Amino acid sequence: MSTRESAIATAAGPSLMNRVVIYGLLVIFAAIYLTPLFVMLSTSFKSLDEIRGGDILALPRDPTIEPWLRAWGSACIGVTCEGIKGYFWNSFRMVVPAVLISTALGALNGYVLTKWRFPGHRVVFGLMLFACFIPFQSVLIPMARVLGQLGLSNSTAGLVLVHVVYGLGFTTLFFRNYYESFPGELVQSAQMDGAGFFTIFWRILLPSSAPIIVVCVIYQFTNIWNDFLFGVSFAAGESAPMTVALNNLVSSSTGVKEYNVDMAAAMIAGLPTLVVYIVAGRYFMRGLMAGAVKG
Amino acid sequence: MSISSTDTRRGLQDWLPRLVLAPSFALVLFFVYGFIVWTAVLSLSTSRILPVYKWAGFDAYERLFAQPNWYMALKNLAIFGSLYIVICIALGLFLAILLDQKIRIEGVLRPIYLYPMALSFVVTGTAWKWFLNPGMGIQNTVRGWGWESFTFDWLVRPDMAIYTVAIAGIWQASGFVMAMFLAGLRGIDSEMLKAATVDGASSFTIYRRIVIPLLRPAFLSAVIVLAHMAIKSYDLVIALTGGGPGNATELPSTFMYSYTFTRSQMAVGSASAMIMLMGIAAIMVPYLYSELREGQR
Repeated sequence: MSTRESAIATAAGPSLMNRVVIYGLLVIFAAIYLTPLFVMLSTSFKSLDEIRGGDILALPRDPTIEPWLRAWGSACIGVTCEGIKGYFWNSFRMVVPAVLISTALGALNGYVLTKWRFPGHRVVFGLMLFACFIPFQSVLIPMARVLGQLGLSNSTAGLVLVHVVYGLGFTTLFFRNYYESFPGELVQSAQMDGAGFFTIFWRILLPSSAPIIVVCVIYQFTNIWNDFLFGVSFAAGESAPMTVALNNLVSSSTGVKEYNVDMAAAMIAGLPTLVVYIVAGRYFMRGLMAGAVKG
Repeated sequence: MSISSTDTRRGLQDWLPRLVLAPSFALVLFFVYGFIVWTAVLSLSTSRILPVYKWAGFDAYERLFAQPNWYMALKNLAIFGSLYIVICIALGLFLAILLDQKIRIEGVLRPIYLYPMALSFVVTGTAWKWFLNPGMGIQNTVRGWGWESFTFDWLVRPDMAIYTVAIAGIWQASGFVMAMFLAGLRGIDSEMLKAATVDGASSFTIYRRIVIPLLRPAFLSAVIVLAHMAIKSYDLVIALTGGGPGNATELPSTFMYSYTFTRSQMAVGSASAMIMLMGIAAIMVPYLYSELREGQR
């Protein structure tokens, strides 16, 4: 973050006792935060016998990737026993177009709302911004009806539409805040030179938009990948996304409960966003903060 | 000829920005505001399993507030929401202050507190369901260590299950709140703090009297974000407890879903959705209004 040194820590003097307590607390909390992930991971590599034996905090004695293979390829979800792989790809087929379309539209909207203002632009932006925060329960029934009428019920295309529509507010917000601080003189002088609307966007704004595009893509990817409510409401069957399949797998009550398979499936469902977080943690953070209204 | 074509071009150039924005705005108007009106209409109708556009006045709202289940949902939201907001903020502030003490391994610790935010509520719920499972999870493990009477069975106790939802929710979001406060702390002018230490103030006093008051905007954002997430949270409850045991962890969000889609009480479900919307609007509208006005200056 910034380079400000903690003036308080320096002033209070580095009493050794203080330092030990501070580091101790921080490490204990880190251990608490890591425990659920550790338990998920270690359980996913244990055999069922070992799980029945007890200690969830123990490392697997005989690590096996069997639960991961079962979760991926042969665990039963509903009536079919083909694992979660189909749903995993459903999620990808949903998330890629939804992220690309909503980001592209957000960039154009942000550009218009900052560099081509028109009377009433503030009202338009305000309405789009509030749309980010509505509880989706208040649009659920009409959405189900409209998707049915469009023939998009239980389809990935339907979910793409839903995520594009309800992601627009956020992507517009990101780009608007970013372009707000982009020097208007550059746009004006380009206009003077006769550059048109799209030329200015392509040649001047877009080339310097890489940071905000990354933030926007990460934010949208995480949000859409992690969505459950829309998935379970509009695509319950074969075209369900990963989160819905995971919930069906875990909450199904037939047969022997395979906790190790459940945990492996949960890990698989969480991996794409965890990878994004690890690879692009800095941007991930910025995306979250931008989502918190503060640009 | 050439004049009129440049005129058309200029006219197009003037209208082009608005034309580019129009589809998005139309989508939002229809799919957000149109749908909200639609849901409002349904909440005033006699709809049960399918939408019926027959006026019923506030009948559905009366039935809604006559439901013990709805009171349960509101009570649970109050418990869950207040614990979630207060503890996330307390913990987030605490961790942020600790991390602000020139910690050499900050780069390692920060991502550890934050990673749960990357996971979906369904994954979080699944993990905690396993962790809190009395037969297999932490209770069983501690008993295995020799503490035979150790009991932690909140997940299956109707009076305590809502607290497990709060625990999992806090685990998921407190790191994010920490990051918000840390960003706030790093933005405070260090000269002012140095002056205060020169005046002989203890670091506790400095935090209490100077730093924490300066974090007001971060507090406000954190409360808004957390309150909004608490009202909307649905997935976590579904994955962790499924609303149970019984209806012990019912929230307005799960209430709406089950009344609309499984209990064929669409008007009552719509009414509950409208109440949720009003709750969020009461928080978000003043906040967004002040934010946008600030941006104007």
